[in-house]
Amino acid sequence: MLPRTMSRWSPETRERARRILARYPEKRSAVMPLLYLAAAEDGHLTPEGMEEVARWVGLTPAQVQSVASFYTMYKRERTGRYLVSCCTSISCMLLGADEVLAAVEDEAGVPAGETDDEGVITVEHVECIGACGGAPALQVNYELVEGVTPDTARELIRWLRSASPEAVHTDEMQELFGTRRSFDWAVPERVGAVGPFPAFEPYGTTDGNP
Amino acid sequence: MTDQLRVITRRMVEHPADSHTLARYEATGGYRQARRALDMGRDELVELVKESGLLGRGGAAFPAGLKWSFLAPARPAYLVVNADESEPGTFKDRQLLERDPHQLVEGMIIAAVANEVHHAFVYVRGEYPKPARRLQRAVDEAYTAGYLGEGIFGSDYDLEVTVHLGAGAYICGEETALINSLEGRRGEPRLKPPYFPAAKGLYMMPTIVNNVETVSNLPHILEMGPEAYKALGHEADTGSFLFSVSGHVNRPGNYELPHGLTWRELIYDVAGGIRDGNELKTWIPGGASAPWFVPSDHLDLPITKDATAKAGSMLGSGAVVVMDDTTCVVRAAERIVRFFAHESCGQCTPCREGTTWLEMILRRIESGAGREVDVDLLLEVGGNISVGLAWPPRMTTICPLGPSAVSPIISITKYFKDEVLAHIHGNGCPLRGAQR
Repeated sequence: MLPRTMSRWSPETRERARRILARYPEKRSAVMPLLYLAAAEDGHLTPEGMEEVARWVGLTPAQVQSVASFYTMYKRERTGRYLVSCCTSISCMLLGADEVLAAVEDEAGVPAGETDDEGVITVEHVECIGACGGAPALQVNYELVEGVTPDTARELIRWLRSASPEAVHTDEMQELFGTRRSFDWAVPERVGAVGPFPAFEPYGTTDGNP
Repeated sequence: MTDQLRVITRRMVEHPADSHTLARYEATGGYRQARRALDMGRDELVELVKESGLLGRGGAAFPAGLKWSFLAPARPAYLVVNADESEPGTFKDRQLLERDPHQLVEGMIIAAVANEVHHAFVYVRGEYPKPARRLQRAVDEAYTAGYLGEGIFGSDYDLEVTVHLGAGAYICGEETALINSLEGRRGEPRLKPPYFPAAKGLYMMPTIVNNVETVSNLPHILEMGPEAYKALGHEADTGSFLFSVSGHVNRPGNYELPHGLTWRELIYDVAGGIRDGNELKTWIPGGASAPWFVPSDHLDLPITKDATAKAGSMLGSGAVVVMDDTTCVVRAAERIVRFFAHESCGQCTPCREGTTWLEMILRRIESGAGREVDVDLLLEVGGNISVGLAWPPRMTTICPLGPSAVSPIISITKYFKDEVLAHIHGNGCPLRGAQR
C-alpha cells in the first residue's frame, strides 16, 4: 500500500489514505475519495496531488487526470475558501433561481465560474442539487441552504466575508438565510465543511465535530 | 383518498427528533426483519420480493425480485445501492438517507442475504454530504452493534458496507456508469449486452444495483408480508410511492402515496393547488426526462405506471414539476435540455452533439432570434437522437440520457407550438413581464 516514492502528504493524511484504501476490494476504487483527499490537502486539485493519487492506486497520472476531469466537483483551478453553488435547474429556475444567481454574482463581484481576487468566494451555477421542494437553493462548500431569495443570498455572501467562519454548517446557514425546506430537517447537526469539498468524516474534510 | 401512507416515512414523521438513530430504530421494531432474512436465505427472499410485486423506484420501475433472480452464479457478488439521486425535480432519496438511514441499512442486509453478497456499497452523490454523513453514522452504529461486519447478528454471515461519494455527474445514476465510477473510472455507461450488471457488474462480477427507496421498502415487505404490501398499492403498482412535488404549487414536498390518485388530486388536494391563484399550465409527471402533461388532456388520468405510459410519458423517479401560466415553456424546455447537454458523458455522438444543438436552438428562439425553420430543426435533431420521436424512445445511444433531452422538445412542439412560434414572430417571449 505504500507509495513507491516519497509522499508529499503528512503522516496524518497518509494514514487517512490507508484507511480509505481499506474500504475497497480493489484499490483503483479509491481514486475518487483520494482525489477529494488530495484536493483538501492543496485547496484544489493540483497536478502534484493527482500524481500522488496515481502512486497510491497504481495508475499513471494521466489515467487519474482522465478520471478527475470527468467530474465537476474536482476543482482543478484555484477555488475560493467558500464555493457558492447556485442551482439553476428547472424547479429552482421556476421559483427565481436566475435572480438569486445574479444577486450572488453582483454581491461577490465575480461572474459564475470565477473566484474573487481575495480568494474568498468562488461563484458557480450548478445543475439540480436535490432541493427542489425548497427551491431556489444553493450550497456553500456543498452545505445546503434552501428557500433563499436574492436579498438573503446577498446577506449570505456578506456574512461569509465578515464572519469568515472556520467551517460552514448547513443548519446554521439555513437558520440565518433560508426559508422553505424540501422536508422537515429535524434536529440541527454540528458538523460542517472546512473547504470547497464535501464534508465527510472518512475523508477528514469536516470540522470533526459530530 | 388523499391521505398519505406512512410506511417508509412513518418513523421520521412519528419521531422527528431521533428517527435517524439506532436507538429509535430498534425501539420501533428495527432490525428484526434483517435477523429473519438470515434464516430465510436466497430462494425464499427472492420469491417473497417477487410476490410483493415491488417495482424499482429509481425510474425504470423494473421488478425488483426479477432483477435479483437474474444474478449469475459466479461469486463474489456485489450489492450497490444507487443513491446518486440527480434527476431534476427528485429529492426523495435525500429524505430517506437523512431521516431514516437505518431503514436503508436493514434493507441492505436483506438484499445482501438474498443475493449472497458480502460486500455492499452505497453510491451517494457528492452534493449530498449531509445525507452521506447521516448514513455513515448509521453504518458505524450498525458495525458497533454487530449488525454489520464479521458474523452479523451472531451468525456466520459477514457483510461489509462502504459508503462512497460521487463527484458531480448525473450520468452515474445509470447503473453501468455508476459501476464504472465505483471502479475508479470515468462515469461512462457500458454496453448492455454484454455488461448486464447481474452477470458482469462491479469488477466484472455479478452485481445488483437497487435504488434507495426500493431497498428501504424491503424491511416492510418482510414485516407485513407480500399480500399486505401489495394491498397498500394500486393494482400492478404495489406498495407506496414517494412523489417529489416541486414548482408552482402551494405545498411542495415529498408525499408517500398509493398509486391510483388522479393528477388533479395530487396537484390540487395533496400539493395545495397553484400558487397565487394562478392557472395550471403544464406539469412533468416523472422527472426532467419525462414528456410533459397538460390540463386539457391529462388532469383526470389515474396516476399509474400503465396509464402514464399509455398517455406517452412515465412516472420515472416520481418527480412532479408543476408550472403555472406565467411560465415560458421555451425557457423551461431550454433549462431541461441544458441539463442533459451538460450531463452528457460524450461517448455517443447523437447525444453529445444533439443535446448541445437542441440547447443552442432553444436559446436562440428564447432570445428572440429564432427562425421559422428552427421548429423543424428541433424535431430533426431530436429525431436523430430518438428515432421517430417515439415513446418509449427508440435509442441511438448506449443509455437513455440523450433521448431524455428530446422529451421537452416533443412536449413544447406538441402542446405549445403557438407559443414557440410567437417567440419567433414576436422577436422574444410573449410572456415577458408576466413572469416572475
